[in-house]
Amino acid sequence: MSAPPNGTAQVTWADVNRDVIRTIGMPGNTYFAWMCLVGLILAAGVSAWAWQIWVGMGAAGKRTPQMWAMYITTFVFWIGIGHAGTLISAILYLFRAKWRTSIYRGAEAMTVFAVMTAGLFPVIHAGRMWFAYWLLPYPNQRFLWPNFKSPLVWDVFAISTYLTISVVFFIVGLVPDIAALRDQATGFKRKIYAVLSLGWEGSDSQWRHYRRGYGLLASLATPLVLSVHSVVSFDFAMALVPGWHSTLFAPFFVDGAIFSGFAMVLVLMLPMRYLFNWYAYIGDKHLDAMAKLILVTSLVLTYFYACEVLTSWYSGEHFERASLFYKATREYAWAYWLMYFCNCVTPLVFFWKKARTHVVTLYVVSIFVLIGMWFERFNIIVPGLGHDFYPYTWGTYYPTVTDTTIIIGSFAWFLILFLGFIRVLPSLSIVEVKEVLPHPLKRGAHAGHH
Amino acid sequence: MMTANVLGVFAHVDTTVDAIRQLRAKGFSQLTVYTPVPVEEIEEEVERVRPLSKVRLFTLIGGLTGTATGFFLTIWSSLVWSLVTGSKDPVSYPPFVIIAFELTILLGGLSTVLAVLLLGRLPRLKPSPTYDPRFTLDRFGVAVACPDAQADVVKSLLSSAGAEEVRR
Repeated sequence: MSAPPNGTAQVTWADVNRDVIRTIGMPGNTYFAWMCLVGLILAAGVSAWAWQIWVGMGAAGKRTPQMWAMYITTFVFWIGIGHAGTLISAILYLFRAKWRTSIYRGAEAMTVFAVMTAGLFPVIHAGRMWFAYWLLPYPNQRFLWPNFKSPLVWDVFAISTYLTISVVFFIVGLVPDIAALRDQATGFKRKIYAVLSLGWEGSDSQWRHYRRGYGLLASLATPLVLSVHSVVSFDFAMALVPGWHSTLFAPFFVDGAIFSGFAMVLVLMLPMRYLFNWYAYIGDKHLDAMAKLILVTSLVLTYFYACEVLTSWYSGEHFERASLFYKATREYAWAYWLMYFCNCVTPLVFFWKKARTHVVTLYVVSIFVLIGMWFERFNIIVPGLGHDFYPYTWGTYYPTVTDTTIIIGSFAWFLILFLGFIRVLPSLSIVEVKEVLPHPLKRGAHAGHH
Repeated sequence: MMTANVLGVFAHVDTTVDAIRQLRAKGFSQLTVYTPVPVEEIEEEVERVRPLSKVRLFTLIGGLTGTATGFFLTIWSSLVWSLVTGSKDPVSYPPFVIIAFELTILLGGLSTVLAVLLLGRLPRLKPSPTYDPRFTLDRFGVAVACPDAQADVVKSLLSSAGAEEVRR
């Protein structure tokens, strides 16, 4: 693929509207072909789930001690993916990082869909998922309440808050953009957009409250992003399992989440940029910034891995050492070393400036990162549970067709949501991209604003 | 007395700011400014005579309600159904902080959105008479509500400030 000119210098405000609006509308046959393929994979996943409900959890290869296995691995993986969007839209917003404007909408959509995917897994994993509502605190005759001292209940609160706030943030950001779509649409479409835009007009009083509200939402979402994966890490760190019981887990998980989230942003944005011809908006500096973030989070992650190994060795704790030795040398050693290779070695290529803007390199490294981060969670959960204090309870986990299909189906579920989104709603923020373009001035245009 | 709504459509930020200043100087204070994106120069000019947006008050109240709800729910429920382990007090604060924190963010965020809707008068069922679809594209609008008799003064003011189009 050729590299068209970068930078947003020649783009005008009207171009932004045009370039976003042209991505929405009746898609071609290729799009529907992809949708069908993804739909088929999703159907396979749903069937596998139905089979699991019918047959029982044994279909998912769950035998003591491997009761968490791949479902919780994939749950943590998807929650991690869901971190980049809110990081970009909240934390980078507060830091006024301008490069975020071109990628934040896509990343936010990714966040919402990733958390929606992640949310399925505790339900799938729970077996009798029709009782999932038992996790919520609701008044009942027997005065039964969830045990608020359980990390799993914290998780319910953290994930549902995160999903709600991400959705709210996403919708609030969309309102002025949908108003822009409304004003250039006709007929039935215009009516739908008119409803969705809530009658937004961009008057001074609307902007005044909107801007204040957006800033406050960003300030609320910032601690939330950092807390969600910390709470997820407590699911492990609060348990006494060797290799889990560590104060390191919260920052370790948050860093890994951002790392994998950015990789997923690249995996989604690079094809979008190519297909929508958005080279004027997503340029080299955006790719460079994302690659740098991946590099930094990878280095931090490597540091955490080193700490993990050092603490289990230095602690002198027999079980900690045994658990580490088991992970690195026995049945799951391949997964352990694959994780190191993907997460610590491959991103190092981003030290080289050219690699940070080279599309193929970015894509390949991102895929490696996603694989590596999935295996990181696998390595925590599966070998962790498989080798605890008592040899009688040791055990190896073997994946089954059912749980593998459900997990592959979850990727299809995520993609079907994302593919649907990019054709009905603006996946590039019209308002925010315009904001960082030079504002129209009559008396001598100066370069950019500020 | 009849009131007139006069609208000036502008293509530039600086001419829009000029128009707002000149209108203010002549004593026209009922202005509505439409912009495709929030523009700091225009905001500064408009905000000068206004108190700060009250959204933050909603956020604060929502957030504190969340904190209180979180602690109330956890403490109360552990008292009515106490899970006593090792003869320890069933009310253990540290884990309850997490629930209280999450509910602070949840209710704080939701009340912020509520505030944006209420204070910004959204959803709007009918477009305001001075709205123009170009205001979400690349044009700025200054709408002035003034007595009928002064409509012509406003019109000439807007055109002299550099409006592309002036209409009633």
